[in-house]
Amino acid sequence: MMKRWQAVKRLLPLLAVFSLLLAGCGREDLSALRPQGPVAEGQYDLMKLSITIMIVVLIIVFAIAVYVLIKFRRKKGQTDVPEQVEGNFKLEILWTVIPLILVFILAVPTVQKIFAFGDDHYNEKGSVQVKVTSHQYWWEFEYPQYGVKTAQELMMPTGKNIAFELKTADVLHSFWVPSLSGKMDTNPDGTINRFSFSTDKEGVYRGKCAELCGPSHGLMEFKVKAVSPDAFDKWVTAMKAPAVLPKDQALAETFKKSCLSCHAVGDQGGPVAPNLTGIGSRESVAGILLNEGQDGGKPVKENLKTWLEDPQAVKPGNKMPAPKDLGLTDEQIDGIADYLANYKLNY
Amino acid sequence: MDWLTTVDHKKIAILYLLAGGLFFGIGGIEAVLIRLQLIKPMNDFVSAQTFNELITMHGTTMIFLGVMPVIFALMNAVIPLQIGARDVAFPFLNSLGFWTFLFGGILLNLSWIMGGAPDAGWTAYTPLSTTTYSTTHGVDFYTVGLQIAGLGTLIGGINFLATIITMRAPGMSFMRMPMFTWTSFITSAMILFAFPAITVGLVLLSFDRILGANFFEVANGGNPVLWQHIFWIFGHPEVYILILPAFGVISEVIPTFARKRLFGYSSMVFATILIAFLGFMVWAHHMFTTGLGPVANALFSIATMLIAVPTGIKIFNWLFTMWGGQIRFTSPNLFAIGFIPTFVMGGVTGVMLASAPADFQFHDTYFVVAHFHYVIVGGLVSGLLSGLHYWWPKMFGRMLNESLGKLSFWFFIIGFHLTFFVQHFLGLMGMQRRVFTYLPNQGFDTLNMVSTIGAILMGIGILFFLINAIVTATKPKGVADDPWEDGRTLEWAIPSPPPEYNFKQIPLVRGIDALWKEKMAGNKGMTPAEPLGPIHMPSPTILPFVMSVGIFIAGLGFMFSKEQFSNSFMSLIFNNWIVVIIGLLITFGSMLLRSLYDDHGWHIEVDELDEEGVKA
Ligand code: HEM
Ligand SMILES: [Cu+2]
Repeated sequence: MMKRWQAVKRLLPLLAVFSLLLAGCGREDLSALRPQGPVAEGQYDLMKLSITIMIVVLIIVFAIAVYVLIKFRRKKGQTDVPEQVEGNFKLEILWTVIPLILVFILAVPTVQKIFAFGDDHYNEKGSVQVKVTSHQYWWEFEYPQYGVKTAQELMMPTGKNIAFELKTADVLHSFWVPSLSGKMDTNPDGTINRFSFSTDKEGVYRGKCAELCGPSHGLMEFKVKAVSPDAFDKWVTAMKAPAVLPKDQALAETFKKSCLSCHAVGDQGGPVAPNLTGIGSRESVAGILLNEGQDGGKPVKENLKTWLEDPQAVKPGNKMPAPKDLGLTDEQIDGIADYLANYKLNY
Repeated sequence: MDWLTTVDHKKIAILYLLAGGLFFGIGGIEAVLIRLQLIKPMNDFVSAQTFNELITMHGTTMIFLGVMPVIFALMNAVIPLQIGARDVAFPFLNSLGFWTFLFGGILLNLSWIMGGAPDAGWTAYTPLSTTTYSTTHGVDFYTVGLQIAGLGTLIGGINFLATIITMRAPGMSFMRMPMFTWTSFITSAMILFAFPAITVGLVLLSFDRILGANFFEVANGGNPVLWQHIFWIFGHPEVYILILPAFGVISEVIPTFARKRLFGYSSMVFATILIAFLGFMVWAHHMFTTGLGPVANALFSIATMLIAVPTGIKIFNWLFTMWGGQIRFTSPNLFAIGFIPTFVMGGVTGVMLASAPADFQFHDTYFVVAHFHYVIVGGLVSGLLSGLHYWWPKMFGRMLNESLGKLSFWFFIIGFHLTFFVQHFLGLMGMQRRVFTYLPNQGFDTLNMVSTIGAILMGIGILFFLINAIVTATKPKGVADDPWEDGRTLEWAIPSPPPEYNFKQIPLVRGIDALWKEKMAGNKGMTPAEPLGPIHMPSPTILPFVMSVGIFIAGLGFMFSKEQFSNSFMSLIFNNWIVVIIGLLITFGSMLLRSLYDDHGWHIEVDELDEEGVKA
């Protein structure tokens, strides 16, 4: 035990340098190198430890290699035959034992963390349960304790453990929010996974699908919005309010007929496609068309129109029919985009 | 015609090299197209669907059809020579293995022109690869093509096992075998255990897809995680199957150009066996995020980390082989020296990946893409290029041009690090793999551009190698038996290229590095272990080629057995299994012919030997 700590202590200064270097890498809301919650932090610590050990190994190997290559190049006119060394038992034992020690230094915290992150917090008091269901190419988030369902944007209160239960509705996907935690696959029934994470920092984090799932796999993104527990409660209440439909009667009918056969708003509609309740206050449309406020973002309405005009152009291979093919006119599409853009939740 | 019927291991080696070159070229073009698509965010150079086909075919082609045959080319060209044999144990099977491999590979690549390449990734995870989600014939080409090609690989592996066990020259004990033969031996043993696993998986998947079985179909009780286990029980050993021969090459090249014997020979052998063993024990490290549970994750984490130990032994042994030597920087040695740091870098990221909680962040990102390309491209491909430059004179009787060789080395190695080093950071910064595009402003843009530029440089490096090969081919044959002057093993004791019977008289082996030992003892060449006598040779035969054509036809017939054709004749012959039956008849007919017709081969008589013995 003592020995191990000695070795770790010697690595500490290097560790400090690398964490400084690495922390410069990537966006706060996206990079695994800039963890914003305890799970990602734990994983980042392991990364730093392993990177440090590995760099020590690299330095040793490179140093020997450079020395050998410079010192023992063949000189002009050299004809004598070098001594044919069979090997060296002591040396060979040395470079068997040293890697073993290094592996041991890494293995101990690895195993500790495997078991720590393996704990199931799903039924623990105080956890916010979220059932994640992945679809080609969108994400559904259900809050069984609150009886609400949303899509593409995971709302989470800060300071609380969010305990996930992950499953897929079709092919395999993988649920990943790099700055909050590593990924976990969404499997079909029978091999359903649970895990959890939390954060104390309010903000919008970027989530991704990490398992090849078809043409639009690369576009299967989502946002995680961490808000204060108060705001979270208000959001739940707003989600549960009765659905708001377009004011214009005719438009409302069209919306019901053409859209609510798959989508839902509030208490109306179906579960086949993403829930649209309060879509006007989300950070993105379809997970990838960023709204104003996100960098490079455009007004919500514009994004909605882009999507409605040709969903296939935005996400190839997705399952939504083009509204035009459903018989909607340009005015109706504009009207619906306008309605959805203004469908905001107060929280 | 000569080439279709040959059973000579040296010619089959060249066939393998040509086939490997072809497929490697295709895979390389696919790689460059992938990188061009990713040069900037939201690029629309290729469509999302095409991109998925490109990555699937790139991965599949490179692993199964690109480097595998080049390895087999080297093994065929070198092993019989290194162990002092006149051919492989089963020359007929050797040829059969090549042709089934080639026709499997051709079948797979036909998918590009026959309506959709496979698009579910080279790992073909279910359910994405089932007919529900992958509706073209793409994945059928994958399952059927790989089964046929895999057959060839399995045949080849068994043949090398038999050859190395039974055909070593007198005095060549196992512990005197050159390292390349050793690693090829272990690789062949791994092929024997790993390939049946993937074959079973591919059979089950094609039953699901073509005959409507339910091994992986979730709705009917199938299990998609089962596919992952089957795939990786093969898939992980496969990467060691690939890398071990490269280790062997490095272990031949470095001693030759350092003029020293390999440091720690017996620990090298021991390390190779240990790597092979551990290689079979760690498949689930590809599945940490699948949710196997903490106990499995912990065990597989530790088992994986342990592979660092034998690998470390090898690295240090190579370094200490050079220590105190006289290093010459020839082009094969440049590739070998470039191999060491590159492979070490791939190795250390491997240890990082082995730490399961951290792997939750690394998995399925560009960090992994960087890791395995460091191992497979920086390690394996460097190793193979080193071996090709090294044994080229032995295979073809002509030296490759050294300046061109060095040029291709520098382009290759610089391009390589540019391409893949930055990908580590892309992964850590949140870029998943297998994405056909990415949003701007995420910090990915510059690094992706750098990566693409690197890929182009690497491509230029490979082009220089091609030019080198072509330029060299126009020169006359006839280099010395031992053109590098410091050859240590038996292949350098005979003419380059060797006569078809290799050794006029089987040599007597008196120690490790048999030829070097004789040189040091002041002898001109090897001492023969037998008197001069007539040499028995196997007859050439077209049957392996015909058998493979039969399998190829049957495979196509099977794939399209449920297809709705607009042409009634096509429907008739495909839907009634007539094509399958014709194909199988051709294959089994050839087998029958082979068993009924006794071919005793022929002899080269002593007086002919004397004539041919004078070098052309
Ligand atoms: C010019 C050299 C190469 C370049 C530029 C290159 C580039 C790439 C790229 C960009 C990917 C896609 C990563 C992703 O999004 O998943 C990829 C995947 C892959 N490459 Fe390469 N590669 C090269 C050579 C090789 C070689 C020589 C091999 C093997 C012998 C290889 C094996 C693979 C494999 C197995 C995959 C994974 C495919 C999949 O995800 O289905 N590559 N490569
Ligand atoms: Cu996905």
